[in-house]
Amino acid sequence: MMYGYAWDTSTPLTFALSILPILGIGLMVTLKAAAVGYAIALVFGLVLALLRRSRIKAISWTVACFTEFVRDTPLLVQLFFLYYVLPEFGIILPAFMTGALALGLQYSAYTSEVYRGGINAVPRGQWEAATALNLSRLQTYRDIVVPQMIPRIVPALGNYLVSMLKETPVLSVVTVLDMLGLANMIGERTFDYLVPLSMVGLIFLPMTLICSALIFAIERALPKSGIPLR
Amino acid sequence: MNPIIRFENVTKRFGALTVLDNFNFEVQRGEKVTLIGPSGSGKSTVLRILMTLEPFQDGHLELDGTSYHEPNGRGPFKASEKHLHKIRCSVGMVFQSFNLFPHMTVLRNVVEAPVAVLKMKRDEAESRAIELLRMVGLSDKKDQFPSQLSGGQQQRVAIARALAMRPRVLLFDEPTSALDPQLVGEVLGVIRDLAHEHDLTMLLVTHEMRFAREVSDRVCFFDKGRIVEQGDPERFFSNPQQPRTREFLSSILGDQEPVRESLRCAL
Amino acid sequence: MTWTQYLMPLLKGAQVTVTISLASIAIGAVLAFAAGIARTSSNRFLSGIAFAYIVLFRGTPLLVQLFWFYYALPLIGISFDPVTTGIMVLSLLTGAFGAEVVRGALLSVPPSQLEAARALNFSKTYTLWHISMPQAVIEMMPAFGNLAIQNLKDTALVSLISIADLTFQAQSLRNITLDSATVYTLTLIGYFLIALCLMFAMRFIEMKLRRGPAFPRSAHS
Repeated sequence: MMYGYAWDTSTPLTFALSILPILGIGLMVTLKAAAVGYAIALVFGLVLALLRRSRIKAISWTVACFTEFVRDTPLLVQLFFLYYVLPEFGIILPAFMTGALALGLQYSAYTSEVYRGGINAVPRGQWEAATALNLSRLQTYRDIVVPQMIPRIVPALGNYLVSMLKETPVLSVVTVLDMLGLANMIGERTFDYLVPLSMVGLIFLPMTLICSALIFAIERALPKSGIPLR
Repeated sequence: MNPIIRFENVTKRFGALTVLDNFNFEVQRGEKVTLIGPSGSGKSTVLRILMTLEPFQDGHLELDGTSYHEPNGRGPFKASEKHLHKIRCSVGMVFQSFNLFPHMTVLRNVVEAPVAVLKMKRDEAESRAIELLRMVGLSDKKDQFPSQLSGGQQQRVAIARALAMRPRVLLFDEPTSALDPQLVGEVLGVIRDLAHEHDLTMLLVTHEMRFAREVSDRVCFFDKGRIVEQGDPERFFSNPQQPRTREFLSSILGDQEPVRESLRCAL
Repeated sequence: MTWTQYLMPLLKGAQVTVTISLASIAIGAVLAFAAGIARTSSNRFLSGIAFAYIVLFRGTPLLVQLFWFYYALPLIGISFDPVTTGIMVLSLLTGAFGAEVVRGALLSVPPSQLEAARALNFSKTYTLWHISMPQAVIEMMPAFGNLAIQNLKDTALVSLISIADLTFQAQSLRNITLDSATVYTLTLIGYFLIALCLMFAMRFIEMKLRRGPAFPRSAHS
């Protein structure tokens, strides 16, 4: 019995069906965590990418080191770090928010590289043409650089969304009751891990496949020449 | 005497596009034939079919009495891989873009196939390869990699590589089209020397008209998957019969005469 | 306890982490080549099996796979010790991602190279190993480097199936000392240093492969 849903362990199939509503509640947590984490990654990654382009060496160098460090260390340890160390500084967050923050932090290191690659891929001549036309810095980014970046960065950003989705189960380690957390609890109580764990895998599989297919479709729909913002 | 190559009503389609339609064509042993014509006219396809790089759908093709299709052959080629392997033993090809193996030295490019396919001993294959490289004037480059050579030198290595397999029919698919103008001469020089080989049958697709006139026994003009006109080069170039041929020749020779002239001097 | 006293247990954990990572990278590489080649094979059966394997392991979370192999499989009578389970699952995951790299690199070999090989009458197997693979391997190296780092980071999850790796040791230390900031900072630095070594190793292998002037592909061809 969990969230008012009883399970029926008479056969594997009835068991699987009876825990489906419970896992559905976990799925919502999983999706929410991925959504919050991804939003953080998109915004903070952009901040990191822009700071990386700073003309002040100390800033760009520090940011470069930070992103490299975050990229090359495990999400789980970063999660533990935030979960146990933040409260020592008086920052007390719910486990869910700490988890989303950890996801967002790790993936902002990835997205910042995507943004950076996207900016660098805009040909030098485009910048020069913008200068020759006397466009301001804002106009150059808004009308020239970003529209050409979009078709390049959207597929990479999309792939990171799928990866992040697959990493959300790690949050169950810090007591977040996502799909995996609930499946483990069901396993503990019924002594049957096979069905709940298989169900989690079976729910993830179509989810990631559909996301990947969508990203592929978007990638193909985007005009290679760029998308004007205005 | 039986022809070495015989196309009989061969039809080749790419999807809805028919490239060769009931195509008939024969080549005699030792004959040097040049195929000319506008791009997309099917002349390269003839070579690629002979090399078994492309299958054909209908009709009959024979190389030295061996049919390309097998009676119970399956797959697009209607023949077993073993059968195709046997056919390819008699045919060699020189590609427009050379297609040397970038990770092998010049010598290994030439030695690799005789050792791996003909099961020749490595030192025997190497001494033959060096001889072939000397023939194309590149024995001093044997330890270099393709990326260190000019286009003309790469194409000469590719010719040596094809010859190392002792083909009876050698196919040249626009061998000088990818070359800078000043490098064309050295490659044509090598092909010209080869043309004196009595036993070697040569099929050459080219846009070098003057060269075609010089080396070939017969010139065939292709248009829309058919041979519109053919004949010995002297008569073909000096007195073409078909209006389509005249049109093509004047468009090519008319525009390029000065370039060709300077080239001829360079040769 | 001062932070220097944390180093011994953390180093012991690091040793386990490195062992598991290197073992699963090595086995994963073998799986990657097997499945990647099978994917490009014209044999429907082989390529179908490889496809199912790749989709299954790329499409599900690693933690679910680990728990499935550790908690669920024993229920149907198949059980391995934790370290074997950890290495097995990480190898399968790395192999699935690596297979796509191998496949992509094989497909990126120019078709003209395959035509030349066919014109010279090389067999399919010979063409794969002597013409395609030597050119494709170079293309694979940067992606393999990223996968190796990803694999190292993924090893942290094996601490959750009671393997005493670096993360596991960090957890135990924290539980004893409650000195979270120091313990986790040292742990993160530990992973970062291992990652740097892995990166240098991969660069070194790539440079060895690029020996000679044959690569990058020339401007002429």
